[in-house]
Amino acid sequence: MTLDEFVARFAEEFDETPEEEFKAETVFKDLDEWGSLTALSIISMVDEEYDKRITGADLRSVSTIEELYNLVESK
Amino acid sequence: MAYNPFSLEGKTILITGASSGIGRGIAVECSKIGAKLVISGRNEKRLQDTLSQLQGEGHLALQADLSTQEGVDALVEQCPPINGFVPCAGIPKMQSVKHINRKDLEEIVWINQEVPIILTTELLKKKKLQKKSSIVFIASLSGIFVANMGESIYSTTKAAISGFAKGAALELAAQGTRVNTICPGLVPTSILEMSNEMFSEDQLMESTKGKYPLRRLGKPEDMAYAAIYLLSDASDWVTGINMKVDGGYSLL
Ligand SMILES: NC(=O)c1ccc[n+]([C@@H]2O[C@H](COP(=O)([O-])OP(=O)(O)OC[C@H]3O[C@@H](n4cnc5c(N)ncnc54)[C@H](OP(=O)(O)O)[C@@H]3O)[C@@H](O)[C@H]2O)c1
Repeated sequence: MTLDEFVARFAEEFDETPEEEFKAETVFKDLDEWGSLTALSIISMVDEEYDKRITGADLRSVSTIEELYNLVESK
Repeated sequence: MAYNPFSLEGKTILITGASSGIGRGIAVECSKIGAKLVISGRNEKRLQDTLSQLQGEGHLALQADLSTQEGVDALVEQCPPINGFVPCAGIPKMQSVKHINRKDLEEIVWINQEVPIILTTELLKKKKLQKKSSIVFIASLSGIFVANMGESIYSTTKAAISGFAKGAALELAAQGTRVNTICPGLVPTSILEMSNEMFSEDQLMESTKGKYPLRRLGKPEDMAYAAIYLLSDASDWVTGINMKVDGGYSLL
């Protein structure tokens, strides 16, 4: 998956936040909608798309969507 | 002889999931209060670890992978006659409702829900469960008393077990056998790592303070003492209950 595709897929997990707010450099934890449910959705999405398991700790260790993408790709 | 209405002297108890966490804790404490244990687990090494922690003589370890029907059948076949049964093997899976897929659904339902039911039926059919036995399912707060984010399938299986326990309690009363569940609050075991490490150490400590009126998380021993009560003759008139052991979590 390319970075752009990842950003788009990441955005799909959100119901309230407009799609255009999601960029590679977006600090996702600053989004109003970020919380335990969206975190869980991202973990589930990575599991589904990549068949890789990221943890809550992984999510806490990065801040932008691009950093998360790199982390997932490197797993 | 010292007065002890909770003694398990003379009782043989089968525990699945005894190679780790809560199941191991229950096995160890039951052995200390006089029970003979038949412990089962998937990982041979961890199972042997538990065996070495048991007090007294005459315990039996039966390695079994319960993910297949063959594994379930082999366990029933090798099991000696028992007076108590604690199906404790279980798996979590954190997943949002939007991402549930059939493979995960079937895997979790099989281990958490179908295996305990099938084992109960087979142990009865093969006359392994003696008259006046006690069955103690390890359910959860989830699905019975509370809901947690990401635990919808897990909750489904635990609520199902609670339903089964009531039905079985009614039918098996005829032979003096009692059926109950224990519903644990959060006990830090390897189950938490498997559930995607959603909780950091800090978060766990935070939840201890805020969410548990008794101001700590659970220990396997907390579940073991509840299991001892339900397995012993002290609970001779208790059947069909869900026993919360949760430090008051569900009060808030
Ligand atoms: N910890 C909690 O906070 C909590 C709260 C509520 C309810 N519970 C329930 O308590 C029970 C025990 O959980 P725990 O916290 O003690 O977890 P744990 O430490 O992860 O232990 C799980 C046990 O289940 C066994 N198991 C899993 N899959 C198996 C399979 N396919 N075949 C055979 N054995 C299998 C494991 O065997 P191996 O290790 O040998 O693979 C292990 O002994 C579960 O039913 C869980 O749902 C736990």
